[in-house]
Amino acid sequence: MTSPAQPPGAHLPEHPDFLWDNPEPKASYDVVVVGGGGHGLATAYYLAKVHGITNVAVLEKGWLAGGNMARNTTIIRSNYLWDESSGIYEHSLKLWEGLEEDLGYPILFDQRGVLNLAHSLQDVRDSVRRVNANRLNGIDAEWVDPAGVKEICPIVNISPDVRYPVLGATYQPRAGIAKHDYVAWGYARAAHAMGVDLIQNCEVTGLETSGGRITAVQTSRGRIAAGKVALCAAGHSSVLAKMAGIRLPLASHPLQALVSELLEPVHPTVVMSNAVHVYVSQAHKGELVMGAGIDSYNGYGQRGSFHIIEQQMSAALELFPVFARAHLLRTWAGIVDVSPDASPIVGLTPVGGLYLNCGWGTGGFKATPGVGDCFAHTIAHDKPHPFNEPFTLERFTTGALVDEHGAAAVAH
Amino acid sequence: MQLIPCPWCGPREEAEFHYGGQAHVAYPEDPSALTDEEWAQYVFFRENPSGPFAERWSHSAGCRRWFNAVRDTRTHDLLAVYRAGEPMPEVTS
Repeated sequence: MTSPAQPPGAHLPEHPDFLWDNPEPKASYDVVVVGGGGHGLATAYYLAKVHGITNVAVLEKGWLAGGNMARNTTIIRSNYLWDESSGIYEHSLKLWEGLEEDLGYPILFDQRGVLNLAHSLQDVRDSVRRVNANRLNGIDAEWVDPAGVKEICPIVNISPDVRYPVLGATYQPRAGIAKHDYVAWGYARAAHAMGVDLIQNCEVTGLETSGGRITAVQTSRGRIAAGKVALCAAGHSSVLAKMAGIRLPLASHPLQALVSELLEPVHPTVVMSNAVHVYVSQAHKGELVMGAGIDSYNGYGQRGSFHIIEQQMSAALELFPVFARAHLLRTWAGIVDVSPDASPIVGLTPVGGLYLNCGWGTGGFKATPGVGDCFAHTIAHDKPHPFNEPFTLERFTTGALVDEHGAAAVAH
Repeated sequence: MQLIPCPWCGPREEAEFHYGGQAHVAYPEDPSALTDEEWAQYVFFRENPSGPFAERWSHSAGCRRWFNAVRDTRTHDLLAVYRAGEPMPEVTS
């Protein structure tokens, strides 16, 4: 029997150490990564693997991959409009294609293709332009007409007699999905095996600087000195950066998603629609996974409003009448850090040794390997990798924005 | 559904409202005198606190008037609402 003074679960055995340890934080590290989600774990992994920097801690205020890494709809694609975005997202997609072998861990990466639907003449023009831009960047993309949409995904309703008829779609065959928590565990295991400390239940409460350089992080488990600090905190990036006196052009919003009960395979691909605010795939296990648009207001509560779910469901039902028979199993929300141009901020900061990776908004999951690799390079060399060089914080002052609202919109 | 207390109409469902982001961001008195840095701060940079936040709402499907609210972004609790032009009230979250 446990005494009542013990916290819940205290009598349970320790986390199995064949996965990864649960170490006490050391007094200092060469690099402290703040945030134990996909981006933080991937960054630590590439720091160790590519750059040989293994005196690294990943600090996570909750549990590994319990934030947006456990809450996204797992869509992976690289069909963005601008060259800058194509660079980093396609780099990521190429890493996804070899990631199972690289990590030695199954991640259920499945290149089942993604359709981005067009519902208006303007959508059609924008989509065709995007297909052409993708092809010029060597990214697989094609424009398909409504019959082609039906061929790729037979359950899509292509009737012209609906409020938002399907006028066609862009199709990226190499896009797909992966099992998000397996991805996190794969990175965590591999990073741990190379000597990275994964420290959970460790919230960063302050950033110490001296002479314009980062020196340490204050945490709920004490002060940890750090040569370099890398922020990978998604929705909480503004709160963290403020600790170092840095203001970010971000708004943190709830982003909701949901799954149905387990169904037999009915949906062979991924379908996204910016215009009606829904994106749908079917997980390997059988749940229909659907994402919504963001809730309009700022929020850190990891929950959103029900009318967003209702709107998302009505859109899904119009596109997929067969879903009327499905039952909703559960809904949830994550906190997404939305930037003004729907592109991320990855790079250096005015504080020496402090690096920023944020602003991925609704679409950070697909970038996990790519940004992990580029961010690790940025940290190791104190200089951006060419793929994240355009994504500076300064671009909001210089005006060199990378406007991806068309390719990202609600449905990154 | 969350009820939002419009200072003109009383509590109404959230779906009647539109969000307007941070309140009390004044248009610069002399925009042409601003540096690029100051202009960027005005255009792109907003407070993004985890906690009480003064923000604008429009009762777009009701009285169609803008007003301000202080809302806790962690709990979504509306701590105060007040009419445009009024100063932000003291709140305890």
